[in-house]
Amino acid sequence: MYSVNYHRASSVADAAKLLKSGDAKLVSGGMTLIPAMKTRLAAPSDLVDVSRIEALKGVKVSGKTVTIGAATTHFEVASDEKLKKACPALAHLASLIGDPAVRHRGTIGGSIANNDPAADYPAAMLALGATIVTNKREIAADKFFKGLFETALKDGEIVTAVTFAAPAKAAYEKFRNPASRYAVVGVFVASGKDGVRVAVTGAGDDGVFRAKPLEAALAKKFDASALDGVKVPVGSMMSDIHASADYRAHLVTVMAKRAVAAANR
Amino acid sequence: MGIEGVGARVARKEDKRFITGAGRYVDDMVVPGMKHAAFVRSPHAHAQIKKIDVSKAKAMPGVIGVLTGKELKADGIGNLICGWMIHSKDGSPMKMGAWSPLAVDKVRYVGDAVVIVVADTKGQARDAAEAVEITYKELKAVVDASKAMDKGAPQIHPEAENNLIFDWDLGNADETAAAFKKAAHVVKMDIVNNRLVPNAMEPRAALGHYDKAEDHYTCWTTSQNPHVARLVMSAFYNVAPENKLRVIAPDVGGGFGSKIYIYPEEIVCLWASKKTGVPVKWVADRTESFLCDAHGRDHHTHAEMAFDKDHKILGFKVETIANLGAYMSLFSSATPTYLYATLLSGQYDIPAILGNVKAVYTNTAPVDAYRGAGRPEAAFLIERMMEVSARQFGISPAELRRKNFITSFPHQTPVIMNYDAGDFATSLDMAMKAADYAGFEKRREKARKAGKLRGIGFSCYIEACGIAPSAAVGSLGAGVGLWESAEVRVNAVGTIEVLTGSHSHGQGHETTFAQLVADRLKVPMDSISIVHGDTDKVQMGMGTYGSRSGAVGMSAIVKALDKVEAKAKKIAAHLMEADEGDIVIENGALKVAGTDKNVPWFQMALAAYTAHNLPAGMEPGLKETAFYDPANFTFPAGCYVCEVEVDPETGMTEIVQFVAADDFGNIINPMIVEGQVHGGVTQGIGQALLEGTSYDASGQLLTASYMDYTMPRAGDVPSYKLSTSSTPSPSNPLGIKGCGEAGAIGSPPAVINAITDAIGTEDITMPATPNKVWAAIRAAKH
Repeated sequence: MYSVNYHRASSVADAAKLLKSGDAKLVSGGMTLIPAMKTRLAAPSDLVDVSRIEALKGVKVSGKTVTIGAATTHFEVASDEKLKKACPALAHLASLIGDPAVRHRGTIGGSIANNDPAADYPAAMLALGATIVTNKREIAADKFFKGLFETALKDGEIVTAVTFAAPAKAAYEKFRNPASRYAVVGVFVASGKDGVRVAVTGAGDDGVFRAKPLEAALAKKFDASALDGVKVPVGSMMSDIHASADYRAHLVTVMAKRAVAAANR
Repeated sequence: MGIEGVGARVARKEDKRFITGAGRYVDDMVVPGMKHAAFVRSPHAHAQIKKIDVSKAKAMPGVIGVLTGKELKADGIGNLICGWMIHSKDGSPMKMGAWSPLAVDKVRYVGDAVVIVVADTKGQARDAAEAVEITYKELKAVVDASKAMDKGAPQIHPEAENNLIFDWDLGNADETAAAFKKAAHVVKMDIVNNRLVPNAMEPRAALGHYDKAEDHYTCWTTSQNPHVARLVMSAFYNVAPENKLRVIAPDVGGGFGSKIYIYPEEIVCLWASKKTGVPVKWVADRTESFLCDAHGRDHHTHAEMAFDKDHKILGFKVETIANLGAYMSLFSSATPTYLYATLLSGQYDIPAILGNVKAVYTNTAPVDAYRGAGRPEAAFLIERMMEVSARQFGISPAELRRKNFITSFPHQTPVIMNYDAGDFATSLDMAMKAADYAGFEKRREKARKAGKLRGIGFSCYIEACGIAPSAAVGSLGAGVGLWESAEVRVNAVGTIEVLTGSHSHGQGHETTFAQLVADRLKVPMDSISIVHGDTDKVQMGMGTYGSRSGAVGMSAIVKALDKVEAKAKKIAAHLMEADEGDIVIENGALKVAGTDKNVPWFQMALAAYTAHNLPAGMEPGLKETAFYDPANFTFPAGCYVCEVEVDPETGMTEIVQFVAADDFGNIINPMIVEGQVHGGVTQGIGQALLEGTSYDASGQLLTASYMDYTMPRAGDVPSYKLSTSSTPSPSNPLGIKGCGEAGAIGSPPAVINAITDAIGTEDITMPATPNKVWAAIRAAKH
């Protein structure tokens, strides 16, 4: 690791100010950034730590509306009793991320802002039609995720929370990369007042995406059998040493079916 | 057997310090004035070095020295060597290319060391390493062994035309040709044994310290065989004469073969210490371990087996291309030859065998012995062949094996080995019973109803351990003898130090060796210390690999104990005025048999050292040494049965049952043996299902971290069902065969045989990842 200046931000405004120093980067759990720095693949001049800002922490459920602070850890999301009632699928998703050490450090805001193409949360945000709240504005998930490690965030913009309406039914199914345990294919299905949304992580060559052919089939009948023979295009799938494009495309349907079955349970 | 003696399940003495973080590894060593090293490594798989500019690096903060291969050569440091001579079938010696500890003109794989930087801190050394400017001219690379000999393939070493190191035969060619002529059935197979990265928990490390006042070097290093390291560094690399070089291998966190070899880093750290005047420490990071530790396996093989009309094997013909990587590592030539083709008979009576091995250079990390070393490659080949043949013949895989088992011993195979003991049918019976083979079809049907494909696979492995008679390996090309030494020191108060040339890096020698001594001299284990890993303490030794510490290392201790016991009895007889032949050792004392006359052990020891009253002419003291050279290899064997369930929708394999029935001969500590089997089987399952080393066509290692290289985790494996039977080895005084590698040797074919049974197609390579299994199922359907 190269030498770096560490700042602990006391508030979101403080973080925004600190972020202007040098080539600064926000750090929350640091589950992606710190390993990259340790291997010298990332070299920010300054780190602005937002993980201790109280205003960014915690899960709130008000009626059907769920709001999760950006610095809420995966463990906190996984174990929140209110969330387990309002949207158990999301709590379950959080319980599947990494290992216990990762879940106690990594945060939902960090995961979303990083937008790793194999991260779990982006699929949930997209399928739940969530709104990403920043220190400057609110952005619909459909407009937030912009491809591999790209988001709609502008310089100096800080994710503060995510908010969504609890779906009637939802579930997440993940097929893990055997080495990294990231998603080779992760499918989040949600059925709510806006219809059925199916979002896929790990598989797309341009990051998280909505599987429209699956949504259309499930809109007719929210049942696993509705997906028999329904495919996503192989051409837009990622291919690497772990999984070929056609395998990923196949797994999208398999995982979607399993997710629907789980959502109906 | 007592509670501590031979055969007892004694908890490992060394684990307290390991589990509490109190072990002392090379990176824990601190020498006054010590500085830190970083290596500049080649980013290219194959390139000429046009220019090295170290001026910026030298000016960086904290930098003490930036040294290149040219300076190393100017100081007379020698090239790394391969210590086992193989002659091609045309009689010509193997074609060994030069391996300079720091590359001078050319780099040949990604990770090849080029420059060493020494600085006050590790961070400064790395910063300065990044500031070294090297101009390369990139050359075309070849990484696939099966393409290395192609026309137009890049030439890696001028010494080895077409990258061919040797073209070697073993067996009886004429008989094999004749066997195939009269065959009723011939089964053919192309098979790949996947390349593995060793992944010891502790990365390699070296601390070189040149003491100017004494003109003496000390090297702390992560070695499985510190004496061999000293011998080789002294005799071949001109680091220092042996009496001026001390090598210490303290606690070492796993080796699996990868720490047998002498690597560039320890040589360069010693040389750099003299050059810079400071002790120099280097510790590999995990990326360096992936790139530069000697990898394992990597064979491409075509094999044919000839059977008569009754399915008796008539002959076996094998052609293998072995990838040795960019340079010949210390024992790289032995692994795919005398540790591989000598086992091609498996557990079967095969009258004619011809094995041909072509070893080639590629632009990849050097390949050498890795847990099992050649024997897993042989077992995988033979046991896949048996299973596939049985399926083709429509007979039970167990029965095909049984029909061809060797049943009388000694048995001379056509490929050198003389099996001296074994009972293969018993292991097969035990495994089938433990696996409830009879109930398998019911389980398969139940799985089918749940949408899963269930399969079962066998592996009846045999291997050769305890290498081996020195004269025999010498005649086969080994540059060293493979004996072992021991020294037993009884102190004046009766406590005992055992100095051994074996080296423990996870094997539990401090426990098992002490058990042996406690059992023999009837003293508590607490009073026995095992000393190893330091060339200044231990007289000489060949180290630990090839499951040899029990069969060879402990046999040396037995020989020393024989002498200690004889002298102790003489002293006791003298003290009690009894006949030496009447003395027995029991419960901490030497007694006159059948009487209550006795001398406590400590009193006898004290008498040896006070020397006030010793038999006439006897030297004072009680300390004996021994060297033991084995009479033969040992032949652990067994039967493994693996049962899997495959999810046809995802291709995911779950191992639902794994049974191991091993014959290790006599066993000192069953708990440690079980631990070795657990570890070995898990590594074998790793090879079969998870671990695939992948280079891209340009020679970049794609699996250079745990994000991409899959190590087995606890959740990937089931609880193993283990059992043992014993046909003691007649070749050593303890009847031990060795157990360190069996699991890794026997398990991969069992796993793949189970998967192919489940999915109904043979067309799968290791690691059988979900993607591959899914694709194989799909391809078989179309």
